[in-house]
Order: sequence, then structure tokens, then C-alpha cells
Amino acid sequence: MVAIMSDDTPEKSIISRPMYGRLSAGNSTHHLFVADAEGAQAILDMQVPNASEFYSRAHIIYIPRDSGNRYLSSLQALNAKQFYTGPSIATALQRLQQTLSTAHMGLQLYLAGTEGLIGQAMQVAMNAGMDYAVIQTEHRGSRARRVQCVHCKGITEDVTTQPVTCSHCGLLLLVRDHYSRRIAAFQGVCINAEDPSYVPEKQEIFK
Amino acid sequence: MSAGTGKLDVLVTDIKPINTLVKRFQFERADGRPLPNFSGGAHVVVEMKDDDRMRLNPYSLMSSPLDTSHYAISVRRDDQGRGGSLFMHNQVAVGDRLVISYPVNLFALDLRASKHLMLAGGIGITPFMAQMAQLAANGSNFELHYSCRSRSLASYAQEISAHYDHRIHLYYDDEGQQIDISTLLSGQALGTQVYVCGPRGMIDAVCSQATAAGWPDQAIHFEEFITPPTGKPFKVRLARSDKTITVGEHQSLLEAIEAAGIDAPYLCRGGACGQCETDVLSCDGSMLHNDHWLTEDQHASEKKIMPCVSRFEGELLELDR
Amino acid sequence: MSIQFKQETFRDDFTFSNSPEQIQRFPFPFDKDSFMYSVNLEPHADGRKDSAYEASFDVDEHYVSEMHDRALVLDEDPLRCQSLPHMTLAGWDVLELIMTEKSRDYPDLFTLERKGNQCHWINRPLEIDQHFTFGDETTLPHGPMEYITRQAQGDFCLLDQRNDNLWMDAGIVTTQADWSLDFDIGMNFFEWHAPVPLAHEMGIFQRALKFLLNIQQGRPARRLNWTLTINPRLDTSPENYHKWGIDKATVAPENVGDKVHLRVELQTFWRLPRSNALLFPIRCYLIKMSELVTVPKWGRRTHRVLRDIPPELADYKGFASYRDTLVAWLSQYDDGEKTSPGVWPE
Repeated sequence: MVAIMSDDTPEKSIISRPMYGRLSAGNSTHHLFVADAEGAQAILDMQVPNASEFYSRAHIIYIPRDSGNRYLSSLQALNAKQFYTGPSIATALQRLQQTLSTAHMGLQLYLAGTEGLIGQAMQVAMNAGMDYAVIQTEHRGSRARRVQCVHCKGITEDVTTQPVTCSHCGLLLLVRDHYSRRIAAFQGVCINAEDPSYVPEKQEIFK
Repeated sequence: MSAGTGKLDVLVTDIKPINTLVKRFQFERADGRPLPNFSGGAHVVVEMKDDDRMRLNPYSLMSSPLDTSHYAISVRRDDQGRGGSLFMHNQVAVGDRLVISYPVNLFALDLRASKHLMLAGGIGITPFMAQMAQLAANGSNFELHYSCRSRSLASYAQEISAHYDHRIHLYYDDEGQQIDISTLLSGQALGTQVYVCGPRGMIDAVCSQATAAGWPDQAIHFEEFITPPTGKPFKVRLARSDKTITVGEHQSLLEAIEAAGIDAPYLCRGGACGQCETDVLSCDGSMLHNDHWLTEDQHASEKKIMPCVSRFEGELLELDR
Repeated sequence: MSIQFKQETFRDDFTFSNSPEQIQRFPFPFDKDSFMYSVNLEPHADGRKDSAYEASFDVDEHYVSEMHDRALVLDEDPLRCQSLPHMTLAGWDVLELIMTEKSRDYPDLFTLERKGNQCHWINRPLEIDQHFTFGDETTLPHGPMEYITRQAQGDFCLLDQRNDNLWMDAGIVTTQADWSLDFDIGMNFFEWHAPVPLAHEMGIFQRALKFLLNIQQGRPARRLNWTLTINPRLDTSPENYHKWGIDKATVAPENVGDKVHLRVELQTFWRLPRSNALLFPIRCYLIKMSELVTVPKWGRRTHRVLRDIPPELADYKGFASYRDTLVAWLSQYDDGEKTSPGVWPE
């Protein structure tokens, strides 16, 4: 990950919390983008010196989610060699996995959009043999988190509240900043294990 | 000595000329027990007592990590060098006792690799000999590209070709053959790690072409032992020990510190590992940095020196040692 | 050395206790009357006789029962033992190291016979007699790391060394102080320490990492870490926190001496020769406060340390809620006398 703190990364956090940078055109002959929703704008904002040549060797995988058609025509105008839009992160990840299985060293991977998308795409890339440190990321849009319940191991998607109820086992979880790239999720730990009568109100903080 | 490693007493049990420049030395433990296990890419530091002078030179282990009944190293004769290789070639005989360090690995394999792509130049073949033996034993995927001056100087080329067959690719300078680095790098699947050991020019070429092709630094591994360069004698003040020493023309600063009876840390003795990093208290003159550990800024700051390979010209250098 | 192995539990009825001899050999962590983080690494060598440091891998009276507790944890939750695929060679390194050291340090308890790769391992306390082929996983009931660490007290982490960092790429963790191997596996040195307060700002981890990266074969190092635990519970995992967290609420002035345990981790670090990985055993020792104060120096000093510790550390170590109760109880064992330097009983 690029170690530049972007505007929307909380200033005071812990080292395992992912930090996101700004996409910048890498040195290579092959470029692969995966983005969701507002992540499209990160691609569009990226400065590319020789854009037509650059995008003639680029592959863009895009999931509009609730942004609808807003970015589609701008992304299409980049004239990428391959441009794919998918209905969900899950469908896009399958395509990513297949693309990486035949890719070569030197490939530049760019991930932009929600933390959930960035985390899950990075997980697929790491399983394909890429080192996370060379994957460029830029966070745009929702700050909703993927949270793994440390107790039952179930993952709750799109978490916006603190605390959150585990969608699998029902425990009330404190969402920590501690993050696992391998699981692509933040850690959730029972918030009232020491005093079950303590039931704090849920607050929308990951918006 | 605070070398960070233990010492081993060994006997020289075999010396074999490989060609006109290279000799292979085999060591067994003096007490007859097996030698310590090691990983491919490890080196040992051989202590050479040449009259009243002590040289400590690092050599990659080239024998199989699966057979610790003996260790083997190869020494290329350097007639212009400081004399370490000449000592090994001319003065060491079968039956001699030597002291070597425990193995230290500063050129380790990344065992996550889906494939290990190895590029060797000349005597840089030695760490790969051990690594290939280790990888072949568990069926790992590797490929070696080995560049030599000529067939007659291609140490171990026939042996490894016979052993590893199509995984070995040989290139002879005098027959106009060259490794096509950029083509080689362009076709490697994700998960490949590249390793290079050989002359400086070859290491630079592989690293720069890999970087230009988008390879991450994490997947590029190289090892180069710099021989401590010779130079004009110079004076050094060792503040903590309250001693002033003179570093001879064919001596490294580290060797001079050790000769004064001062315990100084080291591991690679080749400017790579960072272990001997020493604070400079004052510098009236110019430092001749030869390491690839300190950053350019640190070199310019004149606050740090790597005494294993770097020297000094001027009035007086004062170190925190 | 002949050890009387105890039959005891670390859960449910909690029958664990330390014999008077075991109290004397407890690895007491405080060398002065106050505590702050430091890079307290030292060579793990020349162990003092009859101390927890005497052997490379200490075996004590709790061995058999602790191994039984580990088996229970693994039956409940197999994710407590994991190894990323590239760590198998390091697993064989671990097996070889522990078998070699234990059979040398405790010849009456453990025997390793070896001809080439054909090995015969005997573990008398656990009644194990195993023939296997070194390097061939099919000849053991578990992978090599799991096999041998089901027979060794303490948690074990296997750290891969690459790119000037250490990576938590394998381990067996059933006696941990509230961290999850399943969550942290694959992280680097700074990441898995991320939740620790203060130490990052102090540069502790940068210095510690530099030291650990340079640990060489045959030159192991060690350090101590500590926390407090309610009841002699080995498995204080985050996985089960919702089950044991409530224990803290049970601390009261009349039971604090028996409920609260000082939990000391003897951490050691070993360069593994075949894989170049680093083995990081975390051996947990428990002692009741009522046992600890039988050594007058330890009673005085523990009172002063816990009384004066910064609140964020008390919070991180999880005893902020009962600190006052504990300190009040300990104060009756602190007569204000001076304590001698160092960790040993007077």
C-alpha cells in the first residue's frame, strides 16, 4: 500500500489499519484496475502522461453499485483495451481471479473505491501471488466496513455502526481498527463480555 | 567476538581445482560431528591466519543443505586483490584446521514463490548450487540462467546441467551468448521471485530492468559481496576504546579495529548487512563509502560509516567504537 | 531432575496450583519497583540452575495437564493451529529443534534416536512412542509443527523473514493473552503488535525488530512479558472472550488473592537453520497472588508496580476494573522495606 495518508483516513489510528493513497500511473506494460462506485473518479482523476497508449494496455473492472450510470460514459471514454462492468463485487472478483491466473510479473494493479472492494480484491491478488505492498489503493465513497466476528468467525458486510450486532451469532461487537488483509476484514470483539447488562447505543460512524 | 555467530572448528578434507581460476574447498567438523544445518544462500566467514595478520572473508556455502557431513565453498583466485583468495589457493592444504563462522543467510529464498528464477554470473553460481539442491529436494519450481566467460571457465556448468537438465540455461561470453534479461523477465507468471548473484554490472542490469518492467522490489533479490577495496593508509581515533590505529593499504577498517583487539560487530563483511554500522564522531577529511547499506543521505551526512568496506582520506577520522 | 507431574485443570473447576518448589522457580518479571516497556532482550543461554531458564524449552510440573488442555482447545477450535503453505520446512525445523533440545536437557523424559532421516521419538510423560521419517509428513499424525508443539508447553509462532521484516506465517496458539492467531496470521511484526499502546511511539518495536532480524543460529534470545488473568485460565483467547470476560466481575476483596494470577510470558527467539525462519515460543506461567506473596520481595514489588502503572497500560492489560481491589489487598504485603535489585527471590 502506498504510505501516503489520504484525506479521509483517520489521523489517529493503529498500524494495522489500512492506509490508502492516491493512484498514480505505474511503470509497466500491463495495468489492471478494479473499482466500485465512486472509485471510478479515482481512476478518472489519475494523471497519465501518455493516456491513449497507457489505456490501450489496460483492463478496467468496474462495479457501479449505487452510483448507477454516473461514471460509465467517462470510464468508457478512456478506451481501455478491456472494460467490464459487473453487478456485484462477487462477480468482479471471479473475473479478477481468472485475469490474474494468466498474468505476468510486472502487472500493475490499482484498486479504488470502498474498503470492502479494496480489501477483497487485494485478498484475491495476494492469493494469486502478488505482494500487497505493490498494489496501489485509493479509498473513495462509503467507509462501511467488513467486520469479522472473532468469536464465530462470521463476516458482517457493510457495517456502518459502532457497535454492531454480528449477523451470524448475534453478539454485540466493538469494531476495532485492527485489520487483517488475509481475511479482508476489521476485527469485531464482544463489547459487553465483562458486563452483559451494558448495551451501548449504536452510532452511525462508518459512513 | 560479537559477530553474532558462533564459531566452528573444521578440517580441510578436500581441495579440488575446478578450472584455472577456481578451487573448491571441503570442510568437515574437527570433532567429527555433523555440521549445523543451513538454508540455501547462506555464507560462512572463513578466518585466515596469514602470519601475524587475520583475514576474515565470507564465502557462500555451495554444498547441499541436505548433507551436513561436510560444507563446500569455492574460491576464485584474484591476483590483484588483498590476498585472501591467494592465501586460500596457495597456503591452505588438506588436513589444515580452520575456524569458520556458523552459517548466516543474507540471500534467502522467498519460499512463497511459485517459481524461483535465478541468474548467475561467474563465481556467483555458488549460492545457487545450495539453493537448487534445497529446492529440487522438495520439488519446487526453479530455473537457472548462468553466464560465464567461456566453457573452460564455467565452474560446475556440466555438473548442474547433468543434474537439473532443462532447468539450466548456459551462456558463454566468448561465443557471443548473452542472457536476454528483458525477454526473460517479461514472461514470468505472477508469484515468481528473481534472484541474481554475480558481478556488479549484472546485478545492476537485472535490478534496473526488472524495476522498469514493473517488478516489485519485494520480488527482486541480489547478493554481492564487495571485497574491501585497498587504498592509502589512514589514521582513525577510536573514542570509546581510547585508541588510535592506522589502517594499512591492504587492510579494511574493520580488520584494523579487530587487530587492535577491539570487539566489533559484523556479519557479511561485504557492505550489505548493516551489522557493523558505526557512528562517526568527527571527520577531518573525506570518507570513501563503498557499502550498499547506508542511504545516499547518510553517506553525505558523514555521521555513519560501514568499516567492513569503507575507507577514509584526510587528517583524522574519529569513531564511536 | 525428576518432576512430579500434577493432574489439574485450567478451566471449569480450576484445580491448578503451584507447589512451593514451583513458586521458587517462577520467572518473576519485575527487576525493579516500577514498570515501563523496554527492549528487554537478552541471550537465552547459561540458564540459572533450578530456574525456568535452565533448559532451552522448560518442562515443569504442569506439563502433562497443560498438554491435555491444549488438546481440548484444538478439539474445540482447530483454527488455533495454522500454517501458511510455505512454512512446512520451518515446521520440520521446529520439530528437530524441540526434539533435540528436550532429549538433551531431559534425557529421563525424552529420547530421540536418529539414523539419517529415520527417527524414533519417545515422550515418556505423555506416553508417546513414534517412529517417523524426517521430512515426510505422511509418517506423522499431524504436520511437524503441530505434532511437536502438542508436546511442548507454551504457544509457538513461526515467523518468516523477508524484506527486512518478520511475518507471522504459522503458529499454534492456545494459551494466549488475548490475541487471535487466526486473525493475525500473515501479518508483519508491526501489524500484529499494532494494538499495543505506547510502545510504538517509544520506538520499541523498531529496535526490537532490528535485533530479531539479526538473531543467528545457536544464539537464541529471550524476554519476558506479563499481564494479569482471572482464574488459572490458560486459554484467554479473544475467540472465547465472551465466555471468560465475565470472570473479571467476580473479583472481590475476599477472593482477590486466589482469583488474580500474574501471567508471565517467557518469550524466546530461535533462528531456524533449514528455513531461515524465526521460532518465537511464548511460554505462559501462572501464579496466584496468594502464592506470589509467599516470596516477600515479590509481594512488596508487585504491590508497587501495579499501584504506579500508567492507566493506559492497566487498560491494555485488562485489569483497570479491579486494580484498586488488587492493590489494596497487595498493600498488606508491602511493609515499605527496600527491595534488592533483580528478579530473584532474596
